[in-house]
Amino acid sequence: MQIPEPNPEIVRRKAEIVAQLRASLGPDSVIEDPVELRAYECDALTAYRCPPLAVVLPRSTREVSEVLRLCHRMKVPVVPRGAGTSLAGGAMPTEDSVVIGLSRMNRVLEFSPADRFIRVEAGRTNLSVTSAVEGEGFFYAPDPSSQLACSIAGNIAMNSGGAHCLKYGVTTNNLLGVRMVLMDGTVVDIGGPWMDAGGLDLLGVICGSEGQLGIVTEATLRVLPKPEGARPVLIAFDSNEVAGACVADIIRAGVLPVAIEFMDRPCIRACEAFAHAGYPDCEALLIVEVEGSDAEIDEQLGLIRQIATRHDPVEFRESHDEAEAARIWLGRKSAFGAMGQISDYMCLDGTIPVSSLSRVLGRIGALSRQFGLDVANVFHAGDGNLHPLILYDANKPGDLEKCEALGAEILKLCVEVGGCLTGEHGVGIEKRDLMPVQYSPADMEAQMRVKDVFDPDWLLNPGKVFPLTVSARHRAA
Amino acid sequence: MRVTSENELAEAIRDARGPLRIRGGGTRPVGRPVAGELLDVSGLDGVVMYEPEALTIVVRAGLALSALEGMLAAENQRLAFEPADWRLLMDSQGEPTVGGMVAANVSGPRRVQAGACRDAILGVRFVDGTGQIVKNGGRVMKNVTGYDLARLVAGSWGTLGVITEIAFKTLPAPDLAATIIVDVHGATAAVAAMSAALSSPYDVTGAAYVPGEGVMIRVEGFEKSVAYRAGRLEALLGRHGEVRTEIDPVEVAGLWDRVARVAPLADLGGEIWRISTRPSAAPDLVARLAGDYMLDWGGGLIWAVLPEGEDARERLGRFDGHATLIRASEQTRSRIPPFQPQPEPIARIERALRAKFDPRGILNPGVMD
Repeated sequence: MQIPEPNPEIVRRKAEIVAQLRASLGPDSVIEDPVELRAYECDALTAYRCPPLAVVLPRSTREVSEVLRLCHRMKVPVVPRGAGTSLAGGAMPTEDSVVIGLSRMNRVLEFSPADRFIRVEAGRTNLSVTSAVEGEGFFYAPDPSSQLACSIAGNIAMNSGGAHCLKYGVTTNNLLGVRMVLMDGTVVDIGGPWMDAGGLDLLGVICGSEGQLGIVTEATLRVLPKPEGARPVLIAFDSNEVAGACVADIIRAGVLPVAIEFMDRPCIRACEAFAHAGYPDCEALLIVEVEGSDAEIDEQLGLIRQIATRHDPVEFRESHDEAEAARIWLGRKSAFGAMGQISDYMCLDGTIPVSSLSRVLGRIGALSRQFGLDVANVFHAGDGNLHPLILYDANKPGDLEKCEALGAEILKLCVEVGGCLTGEHGVGIEKRDLMPVQYSPADMEAQMRVKDVFDPDWLLNPGKVFPLTVSARHRAA
Repeated sequence: MRVTSENELAEAIRDARGPLRIRGGGTRPVGRPVAGELLDVSGLDGVVMYEPEALTIVVRAGLALSALEGMLAAENQRLAFEPADWRLLMDSQGEPTVGGMVAANVSGPRRVQAGACRDAILGVRFVDGTGQIVKNGGRVMKNVTGYDLARLVAGSWGTLGVITEIAFKTLPAPDLAATIIVDVHGATAAVAAMSAALSSPYDVTGAAYVPGEGVMIRVEGFEKSVAYRAGRLEALLGRHGEVRTEIDPVEVAGLWDRVARVAPLADLGGEIWRISTRPSAAPDLVARLAGDYMLDWGGGLIWAVLPEGEDARERLGRFDGHATLIRASEQTRSRIPPFQPQPEPIARIERALRAKFDPRGILNPGVMD
């Protein structure tokens, strides 16, 4: 993985830069000790690491603005960091960069049940947004697996999704406004607690721009009334193809479950061994969750049972109480932990058209055999967002490289069938060099124009999203 | 000038000598009047692919909106954001196109529950002001690969590029819809009733108020579920005013079609403004406007009639949101900025983006100024 060459001039001036940051924010907001900096050398993509020049932990938008103004003046690259849970290396520093961590900015600024929105500081964790509104019967819909830890700032940067976005959409569909600091320190308010943009939809392009256009310090989020209830069913099949066909039929029938999760045999086995959820021994397993009153849930599940029965499932397991529902979700929710117990793994994030599901799973199986690495599949089937987990041994020389090569092949396959490289994790550094598989030079050029407008010096979150050769001319300009 | 393919369009833009006035169906004459050669893109017609089981359709921008809706209806699906036909409102002729709708980011009453037009877009192709063809996004439900230009282009009224192809997420059409009509008077009481409904767990897909006609709350879905939720909402809303529930499919469709087309105001003389705000601010704002109005999106969207030449922003003063002049004479649209002027740092970014995507300033120049 190539990262941009650090500017030796900036690295040499570290003491001076740190002194300026300290003078501006106070000593307890700046970290420069090499041992302490190690905590910031990577995010959840731990295969790549690089300690930054320094880390600052501002307490307010004004402090973020001051840091950015300083860095802009000194031409120091800046890496924004929410909770550091990116699986794509979205918060990975460079040696000459200052990391701006938002962990201290986590307050609720305004909650209006009447207008159904909440305004928070962007360092607040995803789950604690829901905690702040659930007393009034609301929730915040996007629910990435890391929701206990991940921040709203990171969610906005990556346009995060989750298991329930088939019905509720991803971050961009639930974000109403931001306060954002531009690289030169200018503070801008974009959008607000209303439902559309007054001019160009800048909010739309900021969401998912991976922290490269500005640092979002506050967010106005739409909150939704909690449904009366929700209940999952588990449907087991003896082939991936049949499970895939069942997903398509459920969607065709007009039922819109809030989640349809899919696990294949390697994944089911690992989860069983780890979490003992009591899953059946089968090739493919679906967890389908529907919402509403008890009677509404019964009606929808009745329809889903009818559809599933036509596909001759090995098992159709309903949940009759909270404990049974939790057991159905248990294995799925522990899937990543279970895999981590068995092996090192790399988690992919391609999306494919739902119609090509069984074909893609077949090809992934063939690639897995060809590369000699096991792949377990767990994914959001309703929206085609795959999470193939490639198992490898980090201590075995060459295994990581082999894993990366297999990952690249799988993502190319996703694009080939009409899908994309990343459905909800973001490009980061991980998939940066695959961008040309999905986008032509002109397509990337159009995206980089936006970067040129917001951050003409290309100082924000360097080395992410665009291949270095592709962005070279813009960075040098 | 009329083009019938993306390549022809790219060539036409590359070869353009001066400003172009881009037109799909020509049914939404909004914004500053644009001087320039007419560029008719309604010939970019047709469907690229439709996969109902994947909830995905990809169409060319010149396709008639009615044709798209017809295809979806044949598979018992629809666009969730409820595209709105503005011909009655604008007193315009012609056939609304899909590209025009996207360029204007037009969403109907269901926006309050299902998201806006821009939220249903999975990907676009467009031609920028240099004649370069650009694609962004794709045709899958979740896609965070690279920057999201699809949303940026939606609602840009042609000023960043001419859209040629759009992939939409579709949704199943429900078996049944019902509308609870609450007899309330005045914006304060109306917003309170709509807010109660929208804060309930009963999955409300429309909340509008027409003075003199009352508040309308819509629920949709499977038959039993609609009956159940309508019953709960009747009970919940009873304290706001007398309630009745309409379940006749033709009546219910007609009620919401009227809201989507802004029909209650369309026949009144004067100019029509569209104001986006937080619902709780709406009662105060309609008082300041002191004219005929109706509310959609639970009060988050105000449609208001003002006498010709009046600037709604002067009457509104400072408020949370923005006001757009939708229907007005060319004279008024030349004098009063139809789109809410943005604060300077934002205006600077918008100008810079336009300069990047359309360096010669030939795509609907000034329409959003």
